[in-house]
Amino acid sequence: MANKTKKETITTKIWNEIPEDDNPFAAKVCYCSGFDVYGDLLSKASYIEYLYLLFKLEPPSHNHVLLLEGLAIALANPGIRDHSVRGAMNAGVGGSTHASALIAALAVGAGNLGGGREIYNMVKYWEQCGTDIDAWEQIIKDPPVEERADVWLPMEHTPGFDPNGASCPLPVRQVLEHMVKIGENKKLEWLQNNRERLEKFSGCPLAMSGVAATVLYELELSPDQSEMLYLLLRLPGAAVHGLEQEKLGWRRYPFFGDGLKLTNDPGPVMMKTTRASE
Amino acid sequence: MTGPELLKFYEDNWETTFGACFPGEQRIVVRGVDLFDSFKQSGWMEYLLFVVTGKRDKKLANLLESIWVYCTSFPDPRLWNNRVASLAATTRSTAALGVSAGVAVSEATLYGLKPIKGVSDFLLRVQEKLDQGIGLDLIIEKEMSLNRSIYGYGRPITENDERIPPVLKMIKNNGYFGGNYLSLAFEIEKKLQKKYKVQMNIAAVYGALLCDQKFTPMEAYYMATLSFSAGMFGAYIDALDKPSGAFFPIHTCRINYKGVAKSRVWE
Repeated sequence: MANKTKKETITTKIWNEIPEDDNPFAAKVCYCSGFDVYGDLLSKASYIEYLYLLFKLEPPSHNHVLLLEGLAIALANPGIRDHSVRGAMNAGVGGSTHASALIAALAVGAGNLGGGREIYNMVKYWEQCGTDIDAWEQIIKDPPVEERADVWLPMEHTPGFDPNGASCPLPVRQVLEHMVKIGENKKLEWLQNNRERLEKFSGCPLAMSGVAATVLYELELSPDQSEMLYLLLRLPGAAVHGLEQEKLGWRRYPFFGDGLKLTNDPGPVMMKTTRASE
Repeated sequence: MTGPELLKFYEDNWETTFGACFPGEQRIVVRGVDLFDSFKQSGWMEYLLFVVTGKRDKKLANLLESIWVYCTSFPDPRLWNNRVASLAATTRSTAALGVSAGVAVSEATLYGLKPIKGVSDFLLRVQEKLDQGIGLDLIIEKEMSLNRSIYGYGRPITENDERIPPVLKMIKNNGYFGGNYLSLAFEIEKKLQKKYKVQMNIAAVYGALLCDQKFTPMEAYYMATLSFSAGMFGAYIDALDKPSGAFFPIHTCRINYKGVAKSRVWE
C-alpha cells in the first residue's frame, strides 16, 4: 500500500468526516464547520440555517435567518416567463433529462440580464459604493470597463436594474418592503429610500436582481458567493415548470411558428438545382 | 425604442439572417444559402466556420480541425474538464450530461476558453498600442502588473507545451505561417521568458493564428468552444467500462480539514 502521507488530499474549511469502522470510503460522522450534521444539526437547524452555515461557516443571527428565508422564497420561482425557467421548460417539452432542464436554467439564468452575473456585478458595486449616493451616481453614469476581454460580456445596463422595465414592479417593491421590515438592515433601508434616485441615474427601474444582490450583500456574502447562492435559489421554479411542461407536451407550448422572419431566404434553391440536373 | 415598447416590437417577431428550417419544403437555409445545395461536399468544421463567421474556407477549416485533434481533446481523465465526464460515467449519469457539463467547465481560467479568448484580445490590444508608439516592454509590464499573468502564456503542472512544435509545423505546411500576430506572439514570449520565466502555451499560437486570419476574439472563442469534447467521450466511455463508483475513489482520510478544530453543538 502506498505511503498515506504521499497521497493527494482535498483541503477544506467546510467539511470533515470520520470513517465507518468497516469502510474508510464511507463516513460515520460528517462535520460542517464543526457541527455534526446528521447526529446533531439535522434535528435542530432549519434548512435556511444550514444553507447559511455552508456559505459562512458560522450559524446565522436571527436577522440573517429571516433575510435568507425571505430571499429564498422570493427567488424560488422566478416565474413562468422568466428566461431561466423557459430554458428548463424547453428541456421539459422535448422530453429531455431532468438534469438538462436544470442545466438549461442555470446556463440561461447565469447572465448579465437578471442572472447570476448581474448579482456578482451589483455586489461589486455595493462593495465599491456602500451607501454613498454620489458614488452610486458616479459608477452608474461611468461604469467600470475591464480593459481585457473576458468570457463574460460587458454589462449593457446598470446591474440590478431592468433595462426593459417601465416602473418598479409591485413584487420587487413588496420584497424590498418585506426585507426592510425585518429591521436592522441598513443597506436595504438605504436602497428603499434611494430607489427612485438610483432609477433616475440608471434610466430604468429596480429589478428583483437588485433587491437580491442587496440582500446578499447585507448577508455579508462576497460577489462570488452571492452569484453562486442566487443561481442555487432560483432553481425550484425551473424544476417544477420543466416537469409540468414535460407532462403537457410540446403541442401546448409556444413554438413561435409564425414568429421567425428570415430576411435573406434564397428560396427553394435545392429543388431548382435538382430539376436542372434531371 | 426601450422598455416595454422594445419588448412589444420583438413579440413574435424574430428577424434573422442566420437561418431557418422549412420542414414542409424539405429545405434548410443557413446564412442565406441552401444547406442541402451548398454543403454537399463539406465537413462539419467547414460548416461550423461558416455558421460562426460566414466564411467558406475549407483549407482553414481543415487546419483548425487538425489543431483540435492535436491540442484540445486528450482523453486523459485527470484533466479537470474530462474528469467531469468520467465522474458522470462512474455515477452512471448520461454521456450528454457529462460531456455538456465538461464543455461548460472548459470555460476555465487556467486552461481552455478564457485563455483562448483572452490571448486573442491581448494580441489585438498589443498591436493597437504598438501602433500608437508604445513600446512592447511597457505594454507587457503594464499587463503583468494589472493582471499578474497574461492569457496564452504559462501553464499549470508543466511549463513546456508539447503541442506547439507539431502545430507550428501544421501551420507552416498549410501556408499560414509568418503572419504578424504569430510573430508578435513569439516576440512577447521572448520578453516574458527573459523577465518572468514564463513560456507560451498553445492558446497563444491558436489565438495568433486566428488574429492573423482576421477573426475577432469572440469568433476565436466560438471556434474553440466544442473543441474539448472528443476527449470527454473517451473519459466517459472508459469510466463506464469500469465498476460504478470506481473512478478515483476518495478515502475519508484524504480530506485535509482546516476548519473549526473542535466539534460544536447547534444551539
